[in-house]
Amino acid sequence: MLIIPCPHCGPRDQIEFRAGGEGDRARPAEPDSLSDSQWAEHLFMRRNIRGPLRERWLHAAGCGKWFTLTRDTRDHRWSE
Amino acid sequence: MRVAQGGARIDRGRTIAFTFDGRRLQGHPGDTLASALLANGVHLVGRSFKYHRPRGILTAGAEEPNALLTVGEGALAEPNARATVVELYDGLVARSQNAWPSLRHDFGALLGAAGPLLPAGFYYKTFLGSARTWTRVFEPVIRRMAGLGPAPTAPDPEGYDKVHAHTETLVIGGGAAGREAALAAVSAGRVMLIDEQPGHAPLAGVRMLERTTALGIYDDNLIMAVERVGDHLPPGERKGPRQRLWQVRARRIVLATGAHQQPCVFPGNDVPGVMLASAALVYLEDYGVLAGQRIVMVGSADGAEALREAGAQVTLVGEVRAAHGGHHVSAITDGGGQRIACDTVLMAGGWQPAVHLHSHLGGKLRFDDERRCFVPLEANPAIRSVGAAAGDIPRDKPPAAVAGRKAFIDFQNDVTLADIDLATREGFVSVEHLKRYTTTGMATDQGKLSNLNALTRLAHNLGGSPGTVGTTTFRPPYTPVTFGALAAHDRGDFIDPTRVTPLHDWHVAAGATFENVGQWKRPRFYPQPGESMDEAVVRECRAVRTDVGLLDASTLGKIDVRGPDAAAFLELVYANRWAKLAPGKCRYGVMLGEDGMVLDDGVSARIGEQHFLTFTTTGNAARVFDHMEDYLQTEWPHLRVWLESVTEQWAAMVVTGPRARDLLGTIASDVDFSPGAFPHLAWRDAVIAGHPVRLFRISFTGELSIEVHVDARFASAVWDAIVAVGAAFKLCPYGTEAMHVLRAEKGYIIIGQETDGTVAADDLGLGWAVAMTKPDFIGKRSLTRSDMLRADRRQLVGLFPAEWIPEGAQLTTAAGDTAMLGHVTSSYPHGHDGRPFALALVAGGRRRIGQTLFARFADSAVRCTISDPVFYDPEGARLDG
Repeated sequence: MLIIPCPHCGPRDQIEFRAGGEGDRARPAEPDSLSDSQWAEHLFMRRNIRGPLRERWLHAAGCGKWFTLTRDTRDHRWSE
Repeated sequence: MRVAQGGARIDRGRTIAFTFDGRRLQGHPGDTLASALLANGVHLVGRSFKYHRPRGILTAGAEEPNALLTVGEGALAEPNARATVVELYDGLVARSQNAWPSLRHDFGALLGAAGPLLPAGFYYKTFLGSARTWTRVFEPVIRRMAGLGPAPTAPDPEGYDKVHAHTETLVIGGGAAGREAALAAVSAGRVMLIDEQPGHAPLAGVRMLERTTALGIYDDNLIMAVERVGDHLPPGERKGPRQRLWQVRARRIVLATGAHQQPCVFPGNDVPGVMLASAALVYLEDYGVLAGQRIVMVGSADGAEALREAGAQVTLVGEVRAAHGGHHVSAITDGGGQRIACDTVLMAGGWQPAVHLHSHLGGKLRFDDERRCFVPLEANPAIRSVGAAAGDIPRDKPPAAVAGRKAFIDFQNDVTLADIDLATREGFVSVEHLKRYTTTGMATDQGKLSNLNALTRLAHNLGGSPGTVGTTTFRPPYTPVTFGALAAHDRGDFIDPTRVTPLHDWHVAAGATFENVGQWKRPRFYPQPGESMDEAVVRECRAVRTDVGLLDASTLGKIDVRGPDAAAFLELVYANRWAKLAPGKCRYGVMLGEDGMVLDDGVSARIGEQHFLTFTTTGNAARVFDHMEDYLQTEWPHLRVWLESVTEQWAAMVVTGPRARDLLGTIASDVDFSPGAFPHLAWRDAVIAGHPVRLFRISFTGELSIEVHVDARFASAVWDAIVAVGAAFKLCPYGTEAMHVLRAEKGYIIIGQETDGTVAADDLGLGWAVAMTKPDFIGKRSLTRSDMLRADRRQLVGLFPAEWIPEGAQLTTAAGDTAMLGHVTSSYPHGHDGRPFALALVAGGRRRIGQTLFARFADSAVRCTISDPVFYDPEGARLDG
């Protein structure tokens, strides 16, 4: 079980968090202007990389805040 | 037999009794079950997994693959206990497993004679046939023949505990290397040392956990270990939990887990009386037990002197070509072809460091050609192996494997050298394939005694070194663990919180039958004496349609939405419009996911200009709240909106039926109930029984309906006030089952019943609630994707089946057709006209109204006529009473 550094509460057990998938994927400002394939890209496609990945987490059983951190999927090392 | 030498762990002054397969035997406090059996001359303790070969005690530790016994009786019985780690107590009852009719005369042993018919991969080769043949014939037979001990059928009466701990240093293993590492770490903070065995001398500054096995290491240095708190005591003397699961976070972990001596490979290396040399020395030194009188040692002469001093005749041989004997070894053939009579063979097949825990977090291994074993490659600065676990092992020169009949590699799964050779010939040359094909290393001992020999043989067959063929991955748990220890308190009533409404006691007193809705207990129906559920539901439905019913709807999710941008926010998270909804009014809304599928539905009320109250489906409240909070925090942080879950702060009761207004009119003050002043989809403040309430004209039944919401603390007073005047109006409390029937007759959906994440609003006939002219809302863009515009999307329709059909039944055009057009989402035996009716999702369903379909389930095909999903009062004339 990971220890996740919540930026508001400090390091806590993973059980307190909920994963929110890949981060830094802002919702397009004007979805209507996108083609079907562009919208599908936003909706469904994720990079699923081996290496440093921006991730969204919710400290559900803590401060209730969403935040984005970088986790290296090879060794779970965290960075800002 | 017990000898005068050795015996450091036992108390010779006291004698305790135990039984094995009904035989009364004696041992000493401090014995393990295995040492006590050997002291009594019992070597044959089990039958092997596949061939039902007689098996004896091979080891003196956690790696034991053979001596698996059932310990204890009745509900306290523990199957597959390794006799080598079971501490003996007075009155212990042990039984052998996998033998019928008895251990000595086992019917299944005939299979051993049929051994050539059961080669590697025999599961794949032999049991070809239909899936039905497998589940009905082969699998039950194999399970009976290849069974381990049966699990007790009664609930486990013992208690289990769970503990979290934090420490700077955790040392796993209490041998010399572990103790040294623990002492050295004391200056750097808290130190814990855990060890499987009891009887360790204390170390200053070190917290010692005995009888504790580290099962696994997980991310960020989380160690899971199980402490056997009461297992060594007679059941009557156990106090507190039987076992305790430890979850320890350690800054540094020292693995002092030792090494496992490996068996030699030769025909008959599994005959009882053939054991590891190191085990025989442990039995002598720790328990004063001499494994035999005439001993042959192969691979190493370590300990020969001690065995001789204890009275044994010891012969050293360079090689064993075969061991002979049935229930016990009687002789060996040595490398020169000489037959030597003996009653014990001690094998020293080299050592393999216990690298399991090192591997759990991905630690790599390196094959050391000189020491002929895999040693840990240190890469994680927080985890360090020391002593034998790091490869500091005796430099034995084990003899090469000897091929022949029944030369075992994996004792627990009955994998022979010939199986490895066959697998290599058949092309299973990757370690992972070899493992799966032969099942070597896949038994509960996780190959502690077989992996090295299997990999060495594979490398030999391929002409390489074990270092080049690699290893399989070790995974937790290191040794088997009981479900009880993992579950600990989280069982029975404690598996999940139970939520009850403030009116729960009233429902219980009224004799309600409850159902679980998420964590909530909700009254399902209120049976009268002698009434079936069916009859009760019909009665409750009729009461709502003709007079008035009362439902506890307190479980409804309630979210307070406040702030200057509250309306703008709801415009974005719901598909319909909110901006112009006036305070005092309510509106039904549909919430979509970004993929355009229906996520939730419900009514929201505008309490004030900057204040809404949003109702969610009971089971969806947390999910909807999280969904809204997610968008608010991450996509639209500029919106000045604050969300608060108020589900438990408000009790809600639905008064519904033609007489609802008349009933409430007698007890609610400060409100004008006339339809003009208080229309459908409006809400008003009022007072009932002296308590301020909110009244909402929201209908989930199709009848005139008024929801009464009150501070949960005053729920009983208001409910009682309604019930008190109810008799005059034939008020009938009703449960969720009647609620479901009543709403289905109106074609109202239930999230999770009519929806499953693939259903869009238009599919449900809710296109009217989707305002495509809004500039944006969650899910809007997805609604014009080509898939959403398909004409054959499944649409909600009603069904009139010829007889009741189950929910989930598949719908086809003809009775014998297999192409599925859709499925039944809701089905009830009696509508208002007594007929069964159902809701269904059917491809292009709205164009098929009037057509006939068949509902298919089990072996039945029931004819159904498709109808509009609104079965009752389609004009909505009854909403005003």
